[in-house]
Amino acid sequence: MRFTREFWIWLALFWLGTLAIIAASFLLIAIVVESSDRAALARMLDENAVVLAYGAAILLVGCGAFLHWVFLRYPLAVRQLADSTRVLLAANPDRQVASSGAPEVVELAAVINQLSGRIRQSEREFETRSRDARAHVEEERDRFAALMSELSQGVLVSNPDGRVLLYNPRAATLLGDTRSASPLGLGRSVFALLDRDQVAHALDKIHQQFARDVERPQTGFVTSAGDTLLRVQVAPFLSGAGDLAGLVFTLDDIGALVGREDQRLKLLQALATGVRAPVANARAAAESLAAFPDMEPDERARFVGIVAAEARVLTERLNAALADYADALKGSLTLEDMRVADLLSVTQRRLAGVTGVGADVDEIDRDLWVRVDSFAIVQAIVSLATRVAGDYGIRNFRLRASESRGFATIDLLWLGTVVGADALMLWENEPMRFGKEESPLTLKDVLDRHGGEVWTQSDRPRHTEWFRFLLPLGEPVTTALTRPASIAHRPEYYDFDLFERIETRGELADRRLAELSYTVFDTETTGLEPSAGDEIVSIGAVRIVNGRLLKQEVFEQMVNPRRAIGSEARRVHGIDALALEAEPGIEVVLPRFHRFCEDTVLVAHNAAFDMRFLELKEPAAGVRFAQPVLDTLLLSAVVHASMDNHDLDTIAARLGVRVIGRHTALGDALVTGEVFLRLVPLLAERGIETLGQALEASRATYLARLQY
Amino acid sequence: MIETKRKVLVADDEPNIVTALEFLLRRAGYDVRAAGNGDETLALVENWQPDVVLMDIMMPVKSGYEVCQRMRSRAEWNHIKIVMVSAKGREAEVNKGLSLGADLYVTKPFSTQELIEQINGLVAEPRGA
Repeated sequence: MRFTREFWIWLALFWLGTLAIIAASFLLIAIVVESSDRAALARMLDENAVVLAYGAAILLVGCGAFLHWVFLRYPLAVRQLADSTRVLLAANPDRQVASSGAPEVVELAAVINQLSGRIRQSEREFETRSRDARAHVEEERDRFAALMSELSQGVLVSNPDGRVLLYNPRAATLLGDTRSASPLGLGRSVFALLDRDQVAHALDKIHQQFARDVERPQTGFVTSAGDTLLRVQVAPFLSGAGDLAGLVFTLDDIGALVGREDQRLKLLQALATGVRAPVANARAAAESLAAFPDMEPDERARFVGIVAAEARVLTERLNAALADYADALKGSLTLEDMRVADLLSVTQRRLAGVTGVGADVDEIDRDLWVRVDSFAIVQAIVSLATRVAGDYGIRNFRLRASESRGFATIDLLWLGTVVGADALMLWENEPMRFGKEESPLTLKDVLDRHGGEVWTQSDRPRHTEWFRFLLPLGEPVTTALTRPASIAHRPEYYDFDLFERIETRGELADRRLAELSYTVFDTETTGLEPSAGDEIVSIGAVRIVNGRLLKQEVFEQMVNPRRAIGSEARRVHGIDALALEAEPGIEVVLPRFHRFCEDTVLVAHNAAFDMRFLELKEPAAGVRFAQPVLDTLLLSAVVHASMDNHDLDTIAARLGVRVIGRHTALGDALVTGEVFLRLVPLLAERGIETLGQALEASRATYLARLQY
Repeated sequence: MIETKRKVLVADDEPNIVTALEFLLRRAGYDVRAAGNGDETLALVENWQPDVVLMDIMMPVKSGYEVCQRMRSRAEWNHIKIVMVSAKGREAEVNKGLSLGADLYVTKPFSTQELIEQINGLVAEPRGA
């Protein structure tokens, strides 16, 4: 029990009041009563002084006890109620408030508990509902991410200003390696990725079509990205209100297609030019022989020699041209590499689904791949099986496959009835038909496109017949498709919040920290003294866009320092100079890093150190890092001014950031990025919300005077 | 022992090439007969029992592939060498011809001298090889 000062004040007042009333009573008696009675009263008081003193003391103690009793039941009980209600409000909603004191206070406490129960219940319901909704959205996002990852075309979506909102792994591959200096990333400009003029022209065309109310506006262009020749198709999509909400870019690698066309042209040219002369020579000689049957024997021998020689030349030229451009005669580009086992399992399902006939598939070598238009090949096999089933009543087939003389063979086998080669020839030239499906293509068309063949074969002693399909071998697809492994590791290829983001214009310094894009980076070096010749051995960086650390968009590059690495530094990062001999020099790496971080604010831990290294190399690399730089060391000192230690491990621990992969440039950059993201709201609590304010606060901390 | 001439059946629907091949093979010491389509070829194989069939693929009535397949389905004709001579030169067509039982696949145009040497080589192999 706590006797507050308040209680003692009240008690003192109570006593003083009581004493004042007693004193006033005596005064009144003294005025009103006769003088003889007054003397008697005084005498009486005097005689009973001890009793009176006891009486006064009992009165005072009684008053105190009463006041204490009242205090406990009312003000103190109400105050305790208020305190525990506050705890319930702020920290522990499951707690019940204490119910002591007067019955009225106990009743109030019961009502508060009831109210809190209700609030808690609705909170729980709300949480459950929002968790369900979130899970649903996550699931849809995952499905969407999976779908995007599986597409064989590159897809890139931007807002109307050309900022990338979404891209798939194929687009990243087509536009460069995401682990090096690829400029493809969320929030980046499409203009920097593809030819600026071509994109601008395409956007112009889209806007024109849009203005003319063209039903499905779209346009396209062909451009190159590195060694790749890309066909880019651009189409807009609209907001609910019918405004231009963004643009979809689809990217196709047409290098192979163009190469094939080019080859066909060259084959034609080679044939035309190479064949003309020998044909002319042989023809002139043959016509001379025909026109003059009476020519002299030696003349005759000469002409015959010419015909023979030219025929030989003709043969050689034809064979040479066909050998040089053999690829030009192969099937079309829509062929894809596919595992035969997968192709046959699809065929098996289609057979059962379309015609209801069964097919057993033999054990197929997992390493056997074909280059096919799988849809057409499945149609071809199913249409032949349907013919055999329909005309000969065969209900069970077997499928097997193997490799033979540089081709893959797929056999469709059945028992019993012999199907003649003439029947096959007839079927080969008719459009493929089965179930309700009819293809405009014939089996022959499909096989010609593949450079393939089909024929019948049989094993009479075993009463087994089969169609053998000969198809081109394919290359195993070794690059595994990127699948979203789990919610936590979902690739961050999209950010729809960027749709909502208003393009902030105006001074960079006035922009809010939370809305800026950052490149968080770290370097590993040969030592601590750049001015004494120490060099960078690796740069790692990660981007932050829209408040998210984009772990998919990282920069990680080793650098050949062309000097020894100090033992101290080697102990920290474990990199040996010998291992770096094959790596590019800083003059190659720095421009790529510069491209990676364009349009962003730089962030580093103890940035002065890393910036000093970069600045010293700027002239050699021909770039300048002119963007603002934030230092997590200084920002930590701003936020936790009372703490002494601001090294990366310490502040990571303080802010609850899990540290993985420290002492590699990329690992440290990732930790620094997480730290930075946690510092931003803490800065905001201190009124530091803009880049300008953050830079000013950093400057003001005493650590800012640290110089390397 | 009387040395009998080896027999070569030339099957092609183009008379110009048949003329030349007949002439050259006779000069090389073979007994030669010609067929103009698939059925004629099979009839001559049956009745004349050649050692070598020199056969085009694109023939009327029955294709060279089909004739080859029929010949290879009869054990008593297994010793007969089959040489396919064709303007079809894609790898898959060569593969098909050899898969169906041809001993040799020659793409047009070819050197007549080399062809004769290859036939000499084939007939020099022991029977049934």
